[in-house]
Amino acid sequence: MIEVRDLRMRYGDKDVLTSVEFSIEPGEVVCLLGPNGAGKTTTIEILEGFRERSAGEVTVLGEDPRRASEAWRARTGVVLQSWRDHPRWTPRTLLDQVGGYYAPYATPDRPRPVPTDELLEVVGLDDLADQKIATFSGGQRRRLDVAMGIVGRPELLFLDEPTAGFDPQARREFHHVVHRLADLEHTTILLTTHDLDEAEKLADRVLILAGGRIVADDTAEQLALRAALEVEVKWTRGGERFVHSTADATDFVRRLLTEPGEPVVDLEVRRASLEDAYLDLVQRHEAGQSDEAVRAFREVV
Amino acid sequence: MSSSTSPASALPHAVRLGMRRGWTEFVLSLRSSQDQWFYLFTAFLAVGYLYLRRDTPVDDTGLLLPSVALPSILGGLVAFGLVIGPAYSLAMEKEDGTLLRAKAVPNGLVGYFAGQLVLHSSSLVPQTIAVLVPSFLLFDNLMAHPSGWFTIVWVLALGLLATLPIGMAIGAVVPGVQKVGMWGMLPVMVLAGISGIFYPVQALWGWVQVVAQVFPMYWLGLGMRSAFLPDSYVDAEIGGSWRTLETIAVLGAWAVVGALVAPALLRRMSRRQSGSQVAAAKEAATQWVR
Repeated sequence: MIEVRDLRMRYGDKDVLTSVEFSIEPGEVVCLLGPNGAGKTTTIEILEGFRERSAGEVTVLGEDPRRASEAWRARTGVVLQSWRDHPRWTPRTLLDQVGGYYAPYATPDRPRPVPTDELLEVVGLDDLADQKIATFSGGQRRRLDVAMGIVGRPELLFLDEPTAGFDPQARREFHHVVHRLADLEHTTILLTTHDLDEAEKLADRVLILAGGRIVADDTAEQLALRAALEVEVKWTRGGERFVHSTADATDFVRRLLTEPGEPVVDLEVRRASLEDAYLDLVQRHEAGQSDEAVRAFREVV
Repeated sequence: MSSSTSPASALPHAVRLGMRRGWTEFVLSLRSSQDQWFYLFTAFLAVGYLYLRRDTPVDDTGLLLPSVALPSILGGLVAFGLVIGPAYSLAMEKEDGTLLRAKAVPNGLVGYFAGQLVLHSSSLVPQTIAVLVPSFLLFDNLMAHPSGWFTIVWVLALGLLATLPIGMAIGAVVPGVQKVGMWGMLPVMVLAGISGIFYPVQALWGWVQVVAQVFPMYWLGLGMRSAFLPDSYVDAEIGGSWRTLETIAVLGAWAVVGALVAPALLRRMSRRQSGSQVAAAKEAATQWVR
């Protein structure tokens, strides 16, 4: 579905991407994770065909996005962050208009576009279908962005920082939409985020971009396992709270439970997470030590 | 995997959708108080000026000022609207993401530009009506001969083709909305000043007359005067003629050049559109306001 080989991007004398390599299979939900300024947006815009690259091989849906056809466009969806466009339109008229362009590209297994009413319901805008977009809150606008991104029933969907500025409720609803697209429509999804938690929730696979290249490429669980050096065990005994870090949690907990004395309650076993390794990466990256950050991160995962 | 070729119907389909888009935008614009205010305000200024000088005779032509000035002002307004309107909307819509959305959709840019053509051409109608209706109610002897209406139609059509691409081109090259004043408004104002809209072009130095006659605004005004005014007035024009053929030639030349240049500039502009550019414009705009 996506094949990226030795992708490089240079702005002036600054190398943003030095050698990015990855591939994405049909049906996968892949998260491109990385600190701010690592080049996530640049990468996704190159894949979307919105930006020229300096060097490297990129194939998306069998075509080079730099010279992609309109038919290729019809098979991809891009969720853009709207700002103040189409203020006088209503979601219904706008989705009817935008969806119309996909109609000539309908196939028996992918009827295009998605009917407007169905789409409004999926993103939870059915009550606001005939309201002026100018009156929308930030969250409502973002739902409309998602609707416009998926109106053509894309085989491949790009989302750049889709939940930036969402409240927790909106975020959960959005995750639901992504799962639905992946499960019911078999949409391949590539999204960027700087939020590890979101990557773990949504993605089959996580690509971590730092220092101009992909420093980790695996499922969130595998990355977490590799990152996990210590396991944190917490428990309460006799009204007192205890914490202990260990490499072998199973053995520790067995001994803990068989110890004589008051019963153990509120037992909690938590693997020291990928989060710690990732936060460290982000911190060092933001402090300007990106090479060092990448080296330290690679030692962990 | 489905095939990646466009059906032949996709392009005409996109043009139709784009025209519908333009019509929707036009209807929304008519309903918006902001745009109604703009039409009424420009009409108020134009008609107000004519009303204040309703009794002023024009030299020895036997005509009063409103008769002579209305066609010129109408031509100037049309040129102004067709240059500044698209320049502003393009500059705005490449910053707010409208254009990027169009780019993300198959044949969306074709639709977008078809929509722009329909929107700005249609906006001629309310603008013209807002000036003509009160003028015909307030002043006499505006239209010397009914056949003038036919002339108005072709002059407007040709003027549209000549000026709209200029506005689109300005919108395509300006770096930001705030620059439209400098790159679009200012030159158009200067041209309005020297194109015989408010006083005969012969009152100016020779080289200024030459400059004025290079641009479409003068010819739009002349064409409009030829539509409204009696043949007795023709002596007041350069060469004592309506120069109909020259009008067609100059406006036509601008239309041809525009049709060649504007699409290239628009393609260049669309190629450069990206999400980061829109995000940067948003950042800049919020800083501008605060």
